Amino acid sequence: MSAYIIRRMLYAIPILIGINLITFVLFFVVNSPDDMALMQLGSKHTTELQIEDWKRERGYHLPLLYNAEQSGFDALTETIFYQKSAKLFVFDFGSSDSGRDIGYDISQRMWPSLALAIPTLLVGLLVTITLALTIAFFRGTYIDYWAVIICVALISISSLFYIIGGQFLIGKLLKIVPISGFDTGLHALKFMILPVLIGIVGGIGSNTRWYRTIFLEEINKDYVRTARSKGLSEQLVLFKHVLRNALIPILTGVVVVLPLLFMGSLLTENFFGIPGLGSYTIDAINRQDFAIVRAMVFLGSVLYIIGLVLTDISYTLVDPRIRLS
Amino acid sequence: MTVRKISLALCCTSLFAFLVACSDQGLNNPYRDNDSARSIIYSSFSERPKELDPVKSYNAGEYEFIAQIYEPPLQYHFLKRPYQLVPLAASQMPEKQFFDATGTLLPEDVDPKQVAYTEYTVTIQSGIRYQPHPAFSKDAAGEFRYHQLTSADLQSINKLADFESVGSRILTAEDYVYQIKRLAHPNLHSPLAGLLSNYIQGFKDFRADVLTHLDQQKTWLDLRQITMSGVEVLDQQRYRIRVEGVYPQFIYWLSMPFFAPIPWEADRFYAQQGMAERNISFDWYPVGTGPYMLTENNPNLRMVLSKNPNFHGELYPTEGEPGDAERGLLQDAGKPLPFVDRIEFSLEKESIPYWNKFLQGYYDTSGISSDSFDQSVELNSRGEFGLSDEMIERDIKLSSAVATSLYYLGFNMLDPVIGGDSKRARLLRRAISIAVDYDEFISIFRNGRGEPAQGPIPPGIFGFEEGRTGINPYVYDWQKGGLKRKSIQHAKQILADAGYANGIDQESGKPLILYFDTVSRGADSKALLNWMVKQFAKLDIQLVIRTTDGNRFMDKLDKGTFQIYQLGWNADYPDPENFFFLLYGPNSMALSKGQNYSNYQNPNYDRLFDKMKAMENSPERLRIIREMNAIVRADAPWVWSFYPKQYSLNHAWYQNVKPNLMANNTFKYRRVDAAKRAQMRKEWNSAVLWPVYALFILLLLSIVPAIISYRKRELARGL
Repeated sequence: MSAYIIRRMLYAIPILIGINLITFVLFFVVNSPDDMALMQLGSKHTTELQIEDWKRERGYHLPLLYNAEQSGFDALTETIFYQKSAKLFVFDFGSSDSGRDIGYDISQRMWPSLALAIPTLLVGLLVTITLALTIAFFRGTYIDYWAVIICVALISISSLFYIIGGQFLIGKLLKIVPISGFDTGLHALKFMILPVLIGIVGGIGSNTRWYRTIFLEEINKDYVRTARSKGLSEQLVLFKHVLRNALIPILTGVVVVLPLLFMGSLLTENFFGIPGLGSYTIDAINRQDFAIVRAMVFLGSVLYIIGLVLTDISYTLVDPRIRLS
Repeated sequence: MTVRKISLALCCTSLFAFLVACSDQGLNNPYRDNDSARSIIYSSFSERPKELDPVKSYNAGEYEFIAQIYEPPLQYHFLKRPYQLVPLAASQMPEKQFFDATGTLLPEDVDPKQVAYTEYTVTIQSGIRYQPHPAFSKDAAGEFRYHQLTSADLQSINKLADFESVGSRILTAEDYVYQIKRLAHPNLHSPLAGLLSNYIQGFKDFRADVLTHLDQQKTWLDLRQITMSGVEVLDQQRYRIRVEGVYPQFIYWLSMPFFAPIPWEADRFYAQQGMAERNISFDWYPVGTGPYMLTENNPNLRMVLSKNPNFHGELYPTEGEPGDAERGLLQDAGKPLPFVDRIEFSLEKESIPYWNKFLQGYYDTSGISSDSFDQSVELNSRGEFGLSDEMIERDIKLSSAVATSLYYLGFNMLDPVIGGDSKRARLLRRAISIAVDYDEFISIFRNGRGEPAQGPIPPGIFGFEEGRTGINPYVYDWQKGGLKRKSIQHAKQILADAGYANGIDQESGKPLILYFDTVSRGADSKALLNWMVKQFAKLDIQLVIRTTDGNRFMDKLDKGTFQIYQLGWNADYPDPENFFFLLYGPNSMALSKGQNYSNYQNPNYDRLFDKMKAMENSPERLRIIREMNAIVRADAPWVWSFYPKQYSLNHAWYQNVKPNLMANNTFKYRRVDAAKRAQMRKEWNSAVLWPVYALFILLLLSIVPAIISYRKRELARGL
């Protein structure tokens, strides 16, 4: 397995370089270093000299991808792309264009993202698996029929509607929790209830439908029939046999998103004023802060790759027949 | 088993309901402490302040914080209108003296052309002290405790509060001079550096000197050791600034945080190695003498300003403009400021949650966004805006003011079709000025929150005139004591005179097609752009919309590759020069990268501008302004669009509120009736729990058939 993991990590290097290059090109297609300087310095009364000083201080005075004034390897290294990207591979994110330490900001802002994402994932899993099992148990009955209708309806509703509707109903009309906001430590609990609830409800439709399909597929297999013929109760069949075997596709979906939990939710964090990495990224895009955008895209890519490797490893844990080679 | 579970759930729900009933505060209270009865203002911010260092900070969101902390020499009078400068840290208004090239003092009424430089002598009050700060802390030997920190000393330091000892000292004139030198520092990138280098003597040379010193010295540079010829400390209380020629607008800059004092000790303290890595800097921890100091800076969550224990004291104004006393704005006259102990700003990124929390009493004041406009404001039978019944029921007050801002539709005067000084082009621009109906625009897109503009100067600025004398005669007529936009037939006639009858170029026989460059704002702007196309279609002119992103748009303006664009301008200070300069020829974008994006050139206008700029407000200045207005109205380089009107809603407990669009340091005047707020919050925020019970019972009931079905299935016998 070690060889497999090392190989996957090595594969990741060209992928990350490619992602970096694409991010770089996309960013600089719509932004020039002058635009970035103006965004930071403000457009009122700013002189060309100040713009040049700002660019020189932050290394944006160099050519983008190829430095014709240099020769040999320097023609590639004396560029914005190289200077800004090379350090990422040792996870040195450097400073944002406004001068703040990106690594420090990420370390501060990942906790609110996790505080939102982990309970949403865990409680959401519990709820959707329970619902899916229940629906699978009552397959073909009016419960199954209505569950499908409700699930499809839930899938059809936009996540923005859940957020605004949830804030309106639970925060404004019922006044049970604060409409938005955040706090540190245990004080964060009351602020987390609503976004977590909305996250769970928002995911019920699609996840329940998906897990129901998985369970139904398992329920029709021979080993389930065998278990029933042995006289096991339906409860035991579902929880001991069907659930365990259905875990493989569920794990595929869950493990891959685990590392991405750090990255936060763009929409939810914005609407609830949660200072996570999702809102950090949105703010950086709005401010044309390339240093942060680049760091966040890189981090997201690395975490996604880690997620995929973890998924592969988790296969071997839940299904002893699978061997990584 | 099932019965036990149901009982447990019911017990939990009852306990929850009991806790709610016992709680004095609503469950939805977003604040941590039981502090609703304390004298606190609750406000918000939507994004992290980019800069809190007064040398760089230059936007309203940042000024909301630092204007309460730093004290420049001057401020705007809280109540008087038109806006009037009064001393803040200064003991009196700066003394102004004119000199010729030989250094001879000139009389006050001298011709500005004879003036080589102007000296402003600022005298500051004595006895003003800085807020407590570790930079001032000294040990028993009188040495600064934290000015020689090693990396070992900093190991346990992560924030400013980790320094155990704090100190303070008296404010001196040298601190103001130190900050002016910081404005010129090349590494600090002050947005004002470019402008000031044209006015303050020695500013450019100082910059060069600093660069030389920086090459030699890698550590902290003591700016006291480098002289700037145009700035001089006269004694502990007085300093002098020497400005090139005559620049009366300079005094307005003295009311902005750019000219606030900075103690060298703080600069020395923050410049130490390891501080920047810990974000311990002026950007994070301001050091001021104002009524408040920043005691919590967590821009991811909350920013808190608390009363500065060393504040020198200031009194609430004893006079205002007529009507202020009747509105209760002079009830606190002569009382010591500030009234509120603490100002808490919470991160709130979206307007809908903010608005709902305002209605719940968790914010003291709110603007009116388009989302909440219909809910908050109603148009009465006289066509005036008033509060909706819901707002009246909550005892919410409405205040409004026309902003010292202007939106305009600009033409590129370098364009061969729409630009230039020919009669044909001028008539075309005038016809478009009539056709683009901004009265309709204000009604449709701004819910009536604006006034149709008649020229470059908005209300509240010297030179703005109401009534018949103030109208743009090329677009409006004065009828029955009001404005009446000229008819579209009139515009068509002008267009025909220009040689574009029915939108056809009579010379080429081709239809007239014009291009409007704008920033793409997605689906939201579609209706607005359609409206714009329809305005031109009234004259049978085809308008082609060219949407682009903000950067490309600015790039087009920069290069002059556009025909028509739309922009706005917000006043830096209440002087007509700050608007007229947008059409000043030498300030043209094409010529000098200035802010005359229309590249408008008119020698007569430029001559008058030079004269008007150097004058104090007077009848003669007003006469020149009228002349300048007449020129630009006739040339029509812009379609004068509208002056935006700002509305704000305030809870009844939030007092001493008067919109002041120039001053940023107004929190010190606010008063909060905390007891009333606590009472109203309690009244408005009792949790409604019956739907939760109902949902719970519904869920239980829906489970029953499932349980029955399950049991039936389990008990069924196989064949």
